[in-house]
Amino acid sequence: MTIDVRPLTPGTATGAPLRLDESLSFWGGFDATTGAIIDVHHPQRGETLTGRVLLMPAGRGSSSGSALLAEALRLGTAPAAIVLGRVDEIIALGAVVGEELYGVGCPVVSVEGELPSVGGFSAAVVRSDPDAGRGELELREG
Amino acid sequence: MSALRLTGEQRAVLEGGSGEAAALAMRIVCRMAGVAGATRLRPIASAHIDGCIYFGDSMLDFAERLVELGAQVSVPTTSNVGSIDLIHPELFQGPPETAAGARRLMDAYLAMGCKATWTCAPYQLQARPAFGEHVCWAESNAIVFANSVLGARTDRYGDFMDICAAIVGLVPDAGLHRDENRRGEVVFDVTGLGEELRAADAFYPALGHLIGLQAEGELPVIVGLPAEVDEDRLKALAASSASSGGVAMFHAVGLTPEAPTLEAALGGEPERRRIEVTAAMVRASRDALGQMPPGTALDAVCIGTPHFSLTEFAKLDAVLADLDPPALASPFYVSTGRWVWEEARRRGHLERAERLGVTVVVDTCTYNTRILPEDSARAMTNSGKWAYYAPGNIGVDVAFGSLRECVLSAVAGHVVREEGTWA
Repeated sequence: MTIDVRPLTPGTATGAPLRLDESLSFWGGFDATTGAIIDVHHPQRGETLTGRVLLMPAGRGSSSGSALLAEALRLGTAPAAIVLGRVDEIIALGAVVGEELYGVGCPVVSVEGELPSVGGFSAAVVRSDPDAGRGELELREG
Repeated sequence: MSALRLTGEQRAVLEGGSGEAAALAMRIVCRMAGVAGATRLRPIASAHIDGCIYFGDSMLDFAERLVELGAQVSVPTTSNVGSIDLIHPELFQGPPETAAGARRLMDAYLAMGCKATWTCAPYQLQARPAFGEHVCWAESNAIVFANSVLGARTDRYGDFMDICAAIVGLVPDAGLHRDENRRGEVVFDVTGLGEELRAADAFYPALGHLIGLQAEGELPVIVGLPAEVDEDRLKALAASSASSGGVAMFHAVGLTPEAPTLEAALGGEPERRRIEVTAAMVRASRDALGQMPPGTALDAVCIGTPHFSLTEFAKLDAVLADLDPPALASPFYVSTGRWVWEEARRRGHLERAERLGVTVVVDTCTYNTRILPEDSARAMTNSGKWAYYAPGNIGVDVAFGSLRECVLSAVAGHVVREEGTWA
């Protein structure tokens, strides 16, 4: 299954999909040294985001979310790609700065609506090219 | 999507005509303009930097690279909290290498021309943005306060973008800089609540928490707040809504400057959703922020998130004068900015608190750095934001309550509740 998405930051990445039921603030909600969700209010606390194609409804909370994502890109603990339900500048900014400082990007895209269900899909591919205005999310079975 | 158009002067900056630092900053501002869907950049009058708090070397790598390239801010720029109290560095309980990194990061921002304000409540400084003024503020609570209470205009900016915008003096013309995005969408009606509940200070962070969870990206309009609600309460509401949700602006009809009426707050459009707030919802929200049974022993009481204001110091002093305790049984911390701290002392608000051994923390905050002793397990706060983040950040269980409950609990050394208003 492939859907068109809005490209926010450039790159192509593949990983096992992880869909969050609630939004996450990277700052205060994510440990960049381990890659795990640490927000005690979050239903998926303890899940590891490293290397995953992360789907979440929206960004939330602290302005430092961009710093935490850049730090995770530096440490190699970041998600492989991020698919948002709506545009979040703070998350996109973390990916832009990670690319600028370390040459390690994280494609961030937005579906502008309901996130697809990832049940039954073992892999997700995000292709994002903001300069060309093209982005897609592909979900693969088995 | 329409493409970003730059003026000749802006293009020259992007191509390195004003130096490498400005070119790097402009590259990031332009990339973010693309994300925001802006077609042009617009000037700002001032900036507030959130990126001076140290979470790891990526922050240092970025700031020190800008310094090496000769970056200087081009607009008046204030600084948010750092990770250490520079005036009382001995309060930091974490590893020395973290303290060293924190200090280096703060130094880098000073080298770029930022003012040493080190506060998350820049709206409590003497100079603050005027109504309608465009600024680039990062720090989630400051963003929502600037937009909602001051009527200044800032989008929801993150670390790194703040300093880039301060260097080039420009931001994308998008988001909350534009009239059409400042219209209220979802109405939270609190007129059905009792007057006593609406007069309780813990009501405001509890309401903010609820609004953050239920706004779902729509701009909230609150109807039914008492006309005498002060900035301290709006601050508490704002900070809480930005923690539990991504709220960057709200209207409070009759209180905030762009909401003289509900119609004005909605910008002439029909409301999209209406939520009738009940006492049970507010109580559940308060409890979700942190409840521990009365009698639970406390390792600390922490207030001042966002940073304590002059009027809050006066309120604390009044509670201490009223209760007149001989001593406090729990360590008691108040976080504030260095300017407010000096001014509060000058006005005599601190004498009683200092005599009782209250620790005033400046330049940083007790929930985002290691100020409490490592073995602290249970703490009480009157802040929705502190209650939200402290468990994940510093590993404590939290009881949330009013300022008075916080003081009563500190005196007793364990959680004390005054349920009257909430029963």
